Amino acid sequence: MTERTIRVTVNGRPYERTVDVRTTLADFLRDHLDLTGTHLGCEHGVCGACTVELDGAAVRSCLLFAAQVDGRRIGTVEGLADGETLSPLQEAFREHHGLQCGFCTPGFLITLTCFLRECPDPSETQVREAIAGNLCRCTGYKNIVAAALAAAQRTPTRS
Amino acid sequence: MKPPPFEYLAPTTLDEALALLADLGDGARPLAGGQSLVPLLNFRLVRPRHLVDLNEITELAGIREHDGRLVIGAMTRQRAVEQSAVVRRRCPLLADAMPHIGHVPIRNRGTVGGSLAHADPAAELPAVVAALGGEVVLRSARRARVLGADDFFVSYLTTAAEPDELLVEIRLPSAPPRTGTAFVELSRRHGDFALVGVAATVTLDEGAACTAASVALTGVGPTPVVARDAARVLVGTRLSAPDLEEAARRASEAVTPDGDLHASADYRRHLAGVLTRRSLARAAARAGEAGR
Repeated sequence: MTERTIRVTVNGRPYERTVDVRTTLADFLRDHLDLTGTHLGCEHGVCGACTVELDGAAVRSCLLFAAQVDGRRIGTVEGLADGETLSPLQEAFREHHGLQCGFCTPGFLITLTCFLRECPDPSETQVREAIAGNLCRCTGYKNIVAAALAAAQRTPTRS
Repeated sequence: MKPPPFEYLAPTTLDEALALLADLGDGARPLAGGQSLVPLLNFRLVRPRHLVDLNEITELAGIREHDGRLVIGAMTRQRAVEQSAVVRRRCPLLADAMPHIGHVPIRNRGTVGGSLAHADPAAELPAVVAALGGEVVLRSARRARVLGADDFFVSYLTTAAEPDELLVEIRLPSAPPRTGTAFVELSRRHGDFALVGVAATVTLDEGAACTAASVALTGVGPTPVVARDAARVLVGTRLSAPDLEEAARRASEAVTPDGDLHASADYRRHLAGVLTRRSLARAAARAGEAGR
């Protein structure tokens, strides 16, 4: 079987599509659903740019096939803001200059959103460890860490 | 970088998966968490005709205690092992090693069985299984067999598993009382594969003398290296600094690592000694605490 029909919920919206089984989740999101906020850097799990939520857990969408997420719930960077209102983490990234070119940003936002849910009051060391799997070539990470810590303070009881 | 074409099969039971592997022969590859196999597919370094996805087989995931041993299903996510209270209580060495495997998003998908079956020479889990004298259980439509680390790990990325066999679970013995363990590794960045990693265990008697020890190293050869000579020299001692130094010396003599662009062979051999000493010291301190 080289094609499969899958049903998947992305950012709360249900989709049904028929995909070639070798389509990665990242390519499915970008090319089939036009959700191009998820970025592809290395395509072998090292850079973290393609990180999305799978049933609430951060995963690499370049290392999953769309066929594997049939019936599952996906969250991407497009789902973080509520209309024009940024999420507290996105707001903190803007305030603290946690991005420059923005290529890596979707992966950082998803990784940190999942992290802050599990660890709402992190130390700087914990934040640095949490983003160790995401590469940024612009910021030197300092402002990303500052943004994450600021977002944690803003929302001490995230759930 | 996109995967080559393959036929995708997603069995929901172990028997179904084993029947598929028996039918399809060596053109089929089992897909566990995909954190090593999918990069290889994306680079087109492997081109299987069939991918047999194990992720729908719920019976392959889970952590349980059985007969005084910890039994972990092959498809148990690394993150689940890391967060398991049972693992922390019954097998603290494994809990100690888990955070060194990649990053959280990798561990959210990566599995215990997948990592062992991939047999990367710098991976953490093979050294843990080797240090504890654990076993892996292989199943095929023909038979089931149980192998220790010495028999399972054959060479770089190579295990004793036949193409129709699946690694279905691992079994780790529970530690005797007054046992301390530690996993220590050095990598260039957190989450990278280890330059060298050491898994150590020590057991003390009531008078705080060492009755048993084990040392297993990763990153220093094609398979995990059990430094039996280093462990043996500790038995009967009180694990004083010179005792640990002697064990460290023997561990570094027991390995013949290769050099690469990350670290020379000499540096890796040096690290083998240093990290053996550190892991034994930490294990000894924990054994002392466990004895109080």
